[in-house]
Amino acid sequence: MDTKRELLSLLSTDARESTEDIARQLGVDPERVEALLDELEAEGTVRGYQAVVDWDNTDDQHVAAFVELNVELNRETGYEEIADRIARFSEVESLRLVSGDYDFAIEVTGDSMQDVSQFISNQIAPIPEITQTVTHFIMETYKEAGIDFGDRDGDDRLSVSP
Amino acid sequence: MTLQPNDRVAGVPESGIRKFFELAEERDDVISLGVGEPDFSTPWAARSAAIHSLEEGRTSYTSNRGMSDLRRLISDYSRRWDHEYDPETEVLVTTGASEAVDLALRTFVSPGDTVAIHQPNYISYQPGIEFAGGEPLGVTTTAADDFALTPAALAEAGAEEADLLVFCYPNNPTGAVMDADEIRAVAEFCVDNDIDVIADEIYAALTYDGDHTSIASMPGMRERTIVINGFSKAYAMTGLRLGYALGPAAAIESMNRVHQYTMLSAPTTAQYAAIEALRSCEDAVDEMAAEYNRRRRFVLSRFEEIGLDCFTARGAFYAFPECGGDDEAFAEDLLKEEGVAVVPGRVFGESGAGHLRVSYATSMRELKTAMNRIETFCRNR
Ligand SMILES: Cc1ncc(COP(=O)(O)O)c(C=O)c1O
Repeated sequence: MDTKRELLSLLSTDARESTEDIARQLGVDPERVEALLDELEAEGTVRGYQAVVDWDNTDDQHVAAFVELNVELNRETGYEEIADRIARFSEVESLRLVSGDYDFAIEVTGDSMQDVSQFISNQIAPIPEITQTVTHFIMETYKEAGIDFGDRDGDDRLSVSP
Repeated sequence: MTLQPNDRVAGVPESGIRKFFELAEERDDVISLGVGEPDFSTPWAARSAAIHSLEEGRTSYTSNRGMSDLRRLISDYSRRWDHEYDPETEVLVTTGASEAVDLALRTFVSPGDTVAIHQPNYISYQPGIEFAGGEPLGVTTTAADDFALTPAALAEAGAEEADLLVFCYPNNPTGAVMDADEIRAVAEFCVDNDIDVIADEIYAALTYDGDHTSIASMPGMRERTIVINGFSKAYAMTGLRLGYALGPAAAIESMNRVHQYTMLSAPTTAQYAAIEALRSCEDAVDEMAAEYNRRRRFVLSRFEEIGLDCFTARGAFYAFPECGGDDEAFAEDLLKEEGVAVVPGRVFGESGAGHLRVSYATSMRELKTAMNRIETFCRNR
């Protein structure tokens, strides 16, 4: 694996490592890590760094839903144009074009179910090309971004072994 | 007196690991870099296959040599290291690599045989040789040679006379790896002096910055080598107890003679896990190896910053820094003062004295804290 590839793989498990610690793990200088990070950001490979939050462990009201969208394309409007309109809403956390029974899969967040429903009915459903929406409220998150939310801890290895 | 151990057993001292285990168990804030097994769990696909086999009630013995699907997969897997072993006659599935080592020693060592063993080395070989009635001949490897075994060291120890050599690279405790040229030189020494080899390659898949070379792939070596490997390290399957031996048909037949009477067959559930591991867990192994490699570089660079000399270990999950003095006292004080457990090098043979075995089979988070504590400890020393 080249260093850049390895940096990516390291960041995608833990983006909060210090530059010095990343450098030690990759066997390069901190300056080289900074340069690679700049490169990855500039070329649009790394789009951001975020925490994976288990909102159920906070006092915040946090409601999320997956929404299926069906669209009807016409001569002037393709997927790109529709995606662009949907992506601009800050309520929309993710937006993907998918294969299968529907076209777009989006994730929407809000403070309450009503909040999310209203957003879908007032902002998304009225978009002319959208023919159908199906909203699935998320009831429980077990795993996100590769991180298992189940608290199975336990290093039950012997503390010293051959 | 009743139930007195025989002389061979009585003559083998208790492992020096035990003492550090007990010290470490005394407190609960210890970060242990003393663990000789992976911190990962067995890849889920393999665990799931084992569970499924239990649900199906597959809990009987298997054939002595192991399930035929498994032997075929092992034979295919081993090709990556230029091995060609017939799954029907040249593969023996065992209860851990440990059983394979024991079988090989009991099968090929005759009472009084000299068995050369490079040191520092994994702690089970010397007692195993003694249980089998052999005479261990220690061959010193040094930091100056990056703990590689050399013909010069073999000659110096008088290993021309040896009947057998126990050879383990990537090595526990040093993390040393030998490259093809170095291994070729040892192979030539063995061929010239008619020495058979037991090659414990259990860490083969954990070789970094380069690939593993098997001594059995060197000219004239296949017919005189038993290759031992297993699932414990690469697949993080230590508790499932599964390993295997590869060798010429007649040799495997002889080992199976002992195995069929003493073990019958390796654990069945583990064999199901191993089949799935070989079929679908290659990516998981690569990911674990990549993670170990990052930790390895981290630990080595921290030792450099701290000022402890450490050769560049390129395999397994161990670093073997020099501690500049009595390793046992160092390890004991480090445990007492900073709550970090490491294993003194001397446990692995006299030539390990003055070194520490530091295992990086521990999360990055713990490694960072542990290395900071070692730094504090060295500053205050
Ligand atoms: C060099 C070496 N060989 C063999 C073993 C034992 O392996 P297994 O779990 O397959 O019996 C170990 C375990 O620490 C080891 O380090």
